[in-house]
Amino acid sequence: MATAHSRAAARLTMSPAVILLLGWMLIPLVMTLYFSFLRYNLLMPGTEEFIGTMNYQYFLTDPAFFAALGNTLALVGGVLVLTIAGGIGLALLLDQPFWGRGIVRLLVIAPFFVMPTVSALVWKNMLMNPVNGLFAAIAKGLGLQPFDFLAEAPLSSIIMIVTWQWLPFATLILLTALQSLDRERLEAAEMDGAGAVDRFIHIILPHLARAMTVVTLIQTIFLLSVFAEILVTTNGGPGTATTNITYLVYAQSLLQFDVGGGSAGGIVAVVLANIVAVFLMRMIGRNLDI
Amino acid sequence: MKRALSLIGAAVAAFLGSSAQAETLSIATVNNGDMIRMQKLSEHFTKAHPDITLNWVTLEENVLRQRVTTDIAAKGGQYDILTIGTYEVPIWTKQKWLMPLTKLGANYDVEDLLPSIRSGLTTDGTLYAAPFYGESSMVMYRKDLFEKAGLTMPEAPTWAFVSDAARKLTDKKAEVYGICLRGKAGWGENMAFLSAMANSFGASWFDMQWKPQFNTDPWKQTLTTYLGLMKDAGPPGASSNGFNENLALFQSGKCAMWIDATVAASFVSNPAQSKVADKVGYALAPDTGLGKRSNWLWAWNLAIPASSKKGDAAQAFISWATSKDYLDLVAKEEGWANVPPGTRSSLYANPEYRKTAPFADLTLKSIQAADPQHPTVQPVPYTGVQFVAIPEFQGIGTAVGQAFSAALAGQTTADQALQTAQTLATREMTKAGYIK
Amino acid sequence: MARAATNRHKLVVTLIAWTVGIVIFFPILWTALTSFKTEAEAVATPPTFLAFHWTLENYSEVQQRSDYFLHFWNSVVISVGSTLLGLLVAVPAAWSMAFVPGKRTRDVLMWMLSTKMLPPVGVLIPIYLLFRDFGLLDSRVGLVIVLTLINLPIIVWMLFTYFREIPGEILEASRMDGAGLRDEILFVLLPMAVPGIASTLLLNIILAWNEAFWTLNLSASQSAPLTAFIASYSSPEGLFYAKLSAASTMAVAPILVLGWFSQKQLVRGLTFGAVK
Repeated sequence: MATAHSRAAARLTMSPAVILLLGWMLIPLVMTLYFSFLRYNLLMPGTEEFIGTMNYQYFLTDPAFFAALGNTLALVGGVLVLTIAGGIGLALLLDQPFWGRGIVRLLVIAPFFVMPTVSALVWKNMLMNPVNGLFAAIAKGLGLQPFDFLAEAPLSSIIMIVTWQWLPFATLILLTALQSLDRERLEAAEMDGAGAVDRFIHIILPHLARAMTVVTLIQTIFLLSVFAEILVTTNGGPGTATTNITYLVYAQSLLQFDVGGGSAGGIVAVVLANIVAVFLMRMIGRNLDI
Repeated sequence: MKRALSLIGAAVAAFLGSSAQAETLSIATVNNGDMIRMQKLSEHFTKAHPDITLNWVTLEENVLRQRVTTDIAAKGGQYDILTIGTYEVPIWTKQKWLMPLTKLGANYDVEDLLPSIRSGLTTDGTLYAAPFYGESSMVMYRKDLFEKAGLTMPEAPTWAFVSDAARKLTDKKAEVYGICLRGKAGWGENMAFLSAMANSFGASWFDMQWKPQFNTDPWKQTLTTYLGLMKDAGPPGASSNGFNENLALFQSGKCAMWIDATVAASFVSNPAQSKVADKVGYALAPDTGLGKRSNWLWAWNLAIPASSKKGDAAQAFISWATSKDYLDLVAKEEGWANVPPGTRSSLYANPEYRKTAPFADLTLKSIQAADPQHPTVQPVPYTGVQFVAIPEFQGIGTAVGQAFSAALAGQTTADQALQTAQTLATREMTKAGYIK
Repeated sequence: MARAATNRHKLVVTLIAWTVGIVIFFPILWTALTSFKTEAEAVATPPTFLAFHWTLENYSEVQQRSDYFLHFWNSVVISVGSTLLGLLVAVPAAWSMAFVPGKRTRDVLMWMLSTKMLPPVGVLIPIYLLFRDFGLLDSRVGLVIVLTLINLPIIVWMLFTYFREIPGEILEASRMDGAGLRDEILFVLLPMAVPGIASTLLLNIILAWNEAFWTLNLSASQSAPLTAFIASYSSPEGLFYAKLSAASTMAVAPILVLGWFSQKQLVRGLTFGAVK
């Protein structure tokens, strides 16, 4: 169907986007790559020198690096599992007829509109704070010792905050998918005596598979670079308990102003992100027939 | 309606017209109470200088530091006046990033600036940053609780006394904690306190060969004392408490003692903010008899990037904001208790100030007791009381702060934390080329 | 009987759904409520829910300290500007990917998405230096460009998935009628794609509004949006919960209201091809 003419036109129409993104990716990447082989501290101009792979050696042997790698995976994985499970639950709930459905839907999607900095500030100060926070007040009201979320379960607390932010997105996508499900199939299965659980496992879940893949893909992209939530709540600590790769690179380049070390970290992060990307794309390729 | 619109239009035109000739200064500052007050009062300055307009960029401390450092190092030129700490001033002066402040005016009276504060801002006899407010640290305590427990706070307590009193005063059921100390990780947060505390125990960051000292006994004593004290007598969640969190705790009556910045004295004694305003006493930061007290020295200063083309206007502003007249202005508008403290000797000689600020004497004594040129018991190759004035310190200080904060949260032991600190400080100092 | 059972079922679902909805919404509600309290009441134990002395003093204090409307307007310009610019570039690209797919279309699309995985902190210094040299620091133009580039992959992807659902026969029919490429896009494709474009537009305005890394680091006073406004309230001295709540409410309210009102349009195209 596609003629040579339309192919050429297609290439032409695609080129602005491709060129822009290529520039956006390549120019900083090349500069970063170059910096990563230098001793380059922003606070000591004039002392730049070529030091080979030393920045990489230091970054990769940093004990914080492995902690950060684990934390990144835990954060992405944890939030994905929770938002997808919670999203399916919410989608099933919101799909039922009940009074005030429109309003509840608005309440459920609200967190998606809150900027990450604000939601981190609110959770940290007004809810999780062990002295003045609301959770502490509830615990005290029940006669319990307030739980210090960000000190005793730092990573889980951050997973909780990020999950709260992304749950609406997952819910919306899964709900839209659920609503496209053929009701007659469900009814037919019910007639055949399939229980609710059976129907869920054999009809609903497979139908949602594509939506789950989409949620996974989009969220992973954003979750790999979770940053504001950590900066505001725990500063990567206590210890390295909540340092992810993005935060580690931040600490190198904007706390230490070690541009060389930070650049090496940035390159490592890019490589890791690409590994994740390849893995994800494989998965998507199977589930989404592009 | 139409008339209203044309009026607005005329006003806009007038505004645009006047701002076109005027010089606009971009001022980057911290969102601390004293700076917010300066912003509020700055209309007095613009009234006297109608040709200057001010643009304020007020940011939280860490964000501000990151923004201005990036900008000055990359020569972005986005700001004309920077608010920077005593840590940055010597490092930036050395890089020739700051403009010498030589046009502050005839009646600025540089000699009136407190010597220990001024020395940190001066290179070769020239001032490169003007102090807006200065602080040391001291003990703030609840006189009522001490009385009830039959204890008397000496003016210069020891750590032994403070530890003992903290444990006696703790009543966790009533939500009264014996002592509140910083625990939130950061070189300007828990490490400011712990470095100063370590000085009083005879510890230091580095020896003369720039070798980190966390494997020495004085550090071990420091950290175990701190952790033990916080476990027995500290508030819950201490590992995420910084200055603000502790201030809120103390103001709501939940701490019997709090060792922190002297500027806090005016907040805890202000009845509008503090439930315990009339019950607060003050004492010098504790020591262990080795000759150094555990108090720090810090000032927020105003400086101008060397590349700024609006140097004259910027110096006029700095001169206004750090002058004696500014102190009088604040006193007139908001009362003496709200005057930015810790920069001028004349303030501490002023009887009116001394009357409204019962903490004035101890603040001055604390500031004078800190010696950034000789901060430790043993000789060290660096200057700075609660920090080390080298560019690498922010990163190392924060990483060590994380390790200690983890120990406070109970995730590691004191020994493990010190071990981590030693390893990572050695790594970074080797990488930066201090350790050959 | 059956009807009563359905009604009882509906009542139970209603109860559960409302509880869940309120729990999820609660942090926002709590922030909004706290913004009307005095600082002392904001930390009162036990916390007061509605029976407190309502006050607007936090809002007036926040407005006195920072020019909310300047930040608000910057946020509007940056988020809308970057979205429109992004659509301008992305619509043709997505069109060709959807209707004239080549061998590498899939790879190009995936590569575009993968550029979003670059950690922004790693490239801040290079970008900062470039911005300085082009005089783009603290300018809304600069921020519009960066946010366009950041969100472009998502825009292309969303449009692509939506365009693909449009049957190709319609285009062929229009081609038979002798419509040129421009006409094809303008008069045939765009009208059909309006829902998809609308929801892409909305999603991107939301993403751009909430982007807090680049907007904070590349702006100073003139172009600073609401994300920078919030950064000046995150931990001031003393009791700050009520003022923080007021500032948070002011930063979030506009986009929340927009999101709520345009919810239907947003959801319609927000499928990323997940619905078949």
